[in-house]
Amino acid sequence: MEAANVHVHGAHDAAHGHGHHPTGLMRWVTTTNHKDIGTMYLWFSFAMFMVGGAMALIIRAELFQPGLQYVSPEFFNQMITLHGLIMVFGAIMPAFVGFANWMIPMMIGAPDMAFARMNNWSFWLLPPAGILLTASMFVTGGAAGTGWTLYPPLSVQMGMGMDMAIFAVHILGMSSIMGSINIITTILNMRAPGMTLMRLPMFCWTWLVTAYLLIAVMPVLAGAVTMILTDRHFGTSFFNAAGGGDPVMFQHIFWFFGHPEVYIIALPAFGVISHVIPAFARKPIFGYTSMVYAIASIALISFIVWAHHMYVVGMPVAGQLYFMYATMLIAVPTGVKVFNWVATMWRGSMTFETPMLFAIGFLFLFTIGGFTGLVLSMTSVDVQLQDTYYVVAHFHYVMVAGALYSAFAGVYYWLPKWTGHMYDETLGKWHFWLSFISFNAAFFPQHFLGLAGMPRRIPDYALQFTDFNQVSTYGAFVFGLSQLLFLYVVLKTIRGGEKAADKPWEGATGLEWTLPSPPPHHSFEEPPILK
Amino acid sequence: MNQQASRYFVPEPSHWPVVGSTALFLMATGAVLWINKVAFGPYVLLAGFAVLVFMLFGWFGTVIRESEGGKYNARVDASFRWSMSWFIFSEVMFFAAFFGALFYVRVLSVPDLAGLEHQQFLYPGFGSQWPSAGPAFKEHFSPMGAWGIPAINTLLLLSSGATLTVAHWGLLKNNRGQLKLWLAATILLGLTFLSLQAYEYVHAYQELNLKLTTGIYGTTFFMLTGFHGLHVTLGATMLIVILFRVLAGHFKPEHHFAFEAVAWYWHFVDVVWLLLFIFVYWM
Repeated sequence: MEAANVHVHGAHDAAHGHGHHPTGLMRWVTTTNHKDIGTMYLWFSFAMFMVGGAMALIIRAELFQPGLQYVSPEFFNQMITLHGLIMVFGAIMPAFVGFANWMIPMMIGAPDMAFARMNNWSFWLLPPAGILLTASMFVTGGAAGTGWTLYPPLSVQMGMGMDMAIFAVHILGMSSIMGSINIITTILNMRAPGMTLMRLPMFCWTWLVTAYLLIAVMPVLAGAVTMILTDRHFGTSFFNAAGGGDPVMFQHIFWFFGHPEVYIIALPAFGVISHVIPAFARKPIFGYTSMVYAIASIALISFIVWAHHMYVVGMPVAGQLYFMYATMLIAVPTGVKVFNWVATMWRGSMTFETPMLFAIGFLFLFTIGGFTGLVLSMTSVDVQLQDTYYVVAHFHYVMVAGALYSAFAGVYYWLPKWTGHMYDETLGKWHFWLSFISFNAAFFPQHFLGLAGMPRRIPDYALQFTDFNQVSTYGAFVFGLSQLLFLYVVLKTIRGGEKAADKPWEGATGLEWTLPSPPPHHSFEEPPILK
Repeated sequence: MNQQASRYFVPEPSHWPVVGSTALFLMATGAVLWINKVAFGPYVLLAGFAVLVFMLFGWFGTVIRESEGGKYNARVDASFRWSMSWFIFSEVMFFAAFFGALFYVRVLSVPDLAGLEHQQFLYPGFGSQWPSAGPAFKEHFSPMGAWGIPAINTLLLLSSGATLTVAHWGLLKNNRGQLKLWLAATILLGLTFLSLQAYEYVHAYQELNLKLTTGIYGTTFFMLTGFHGLHVTLGATMLIVILFRVLAGHFKPEHHFAFEAVAWYWHFVDVVWLLLFIFVYWM
């Protein structure tokens, strides 16, 4: 909000304003400003993070003891499904689109996104989808109980809530595609003179590739859920063996979307980390060019590994071997990235402010998640671990300690720029340490549970799994409550605090730091000249 | 300020996006209610569609006014070109999902269902062949042949691509007569295609006993050709809008991306049809 009405460099805010600019609620509804839209994305993401988090706590509360305590198995399944859908599509993806909106125009020296009005629509499609998803809990038959993967035949049998989830996915897909077209066009067409592609900030590179992935796979997901819809209501036989179709076909189509989706979430997170680590190591990123090629390779390989999610559906050994080796191949470019981050810190002049703590936390925990991924890529091992808590532990190390930690790092890193105030460093560090310890308490024991054979998506379990589940539940609740501290820190920073300099971090580089904190309404009225 | 305007274009705040979101929300809700047989569902769906049409008129009206008002410079034009290309790429991937399903059932699931275990325990007597409506489908149906109406439709769509290019030449040479004539011819060819497609559907339902519910063959046939037909309808609608704009004197030889965007879209729909003709009708 403070971003508006700041006068700098003689350029001012009314530059485009012959017409009136609405105030109050209508300002946010009708805005064409990339910062307003970025802010809305970030708050929407946080709200959904809270909703999805509450669902996770219901799951963890139920799993505190064996037997059925608080919820029915049907409701447990709905929580599993909605938690997944809301966290993936409602929390993590919008968070990074929020970063993209805020930062890309400032990083490339543009006044705004290429399509400012469409940008507004991309955001305002999210609330209808969010309403459809959450409201589906309250209709006859409840929400979809299939898990976020919506596998048939179960998804063909569910009630009205399933249809609501399907249309929500359609609307979210439209939002993602429009947002991605906007981001690609902005990066390709709106760069300041002198900013060649190989001088592009890493965050922009990761988003350029992510947007390409989104445009390639969101339509495929739309196709998959459309097939479910017509199988449910119009008598088609896509996933019906009696009619010549195959339920396994859904899994192929879904994971053709689903695996690139993992990198859609991970790549922008990599981008944020590639800004934070150099800033606090006070060294330029090590191996910029190799980072760019690593991003592109990860994206390309992500299209040809999807069936490692389906080793046990009945696949020829040749297929299993191919998907195993192709999957392991992704570890190479990912390893390049981890190596480069570590090499950036090597002999750096490091300080450990909150963004850097989250970045290092990311580096440790994401790497663990990557390694367990490598374990799961082995067919012979995966046959044992498929659908156990080992898989749950694996992807939460990637999604929470990877993507979410990176989002926290980004928020703390750019919050002074966004608000013009420094955040409370002590509270920020408390947030980090509470999150770090409780996250590991919640998810590390799940590796053991999975190795011991505890299946996922089941509300009950055998007695011997109790201890680890209790540790996990304690961890989850502390982690959830710690995020209220995060909310408090952010609100406190918005309301006031020490004035932030234009460049509050000594080692930070990039065009965004040449603007005042907070930046003017339209970032660069005149393109900056890069030398 | 004028300098900046020549460099960048940032539109004023607009209420059209949220109108569009309202439309989609109503349409989704209406569709959910309708397919779950709630009485007022179709009306909600219809209301949503009406709001969507209202939004399209309003939003595109604004864009056309801005374009004709000279607010779009070369940079905005380049942005439009990038975005239209990526939008068409997203459409390609949407069709890829359905073509993928077609290839999957033809190469994997139908032959699998005729495999030895299925023969022995589940579906005795089911042989692998294409077209197939699956092992449990007992009625008789005839598949759609390639060399009747579909072949004529192929000629129609291919010619429409050519006539559209001739219209574009007219626009480039500032020969408005040529532009109007050949653009109208393109629309006519497109509408003829759609009419024949509709006739073919009626023929399939009434005489071939080929329906959407006719196993996997009916499924893939109607879903692929149906989505294509939907895209042709959309393309033809856009061409009609372009024709009206031409009649209103819009577009200059050096500034007419809307025309080109629709032409790209039309060619894309054309290419999809060729694949349909080969893999759905012919082979």
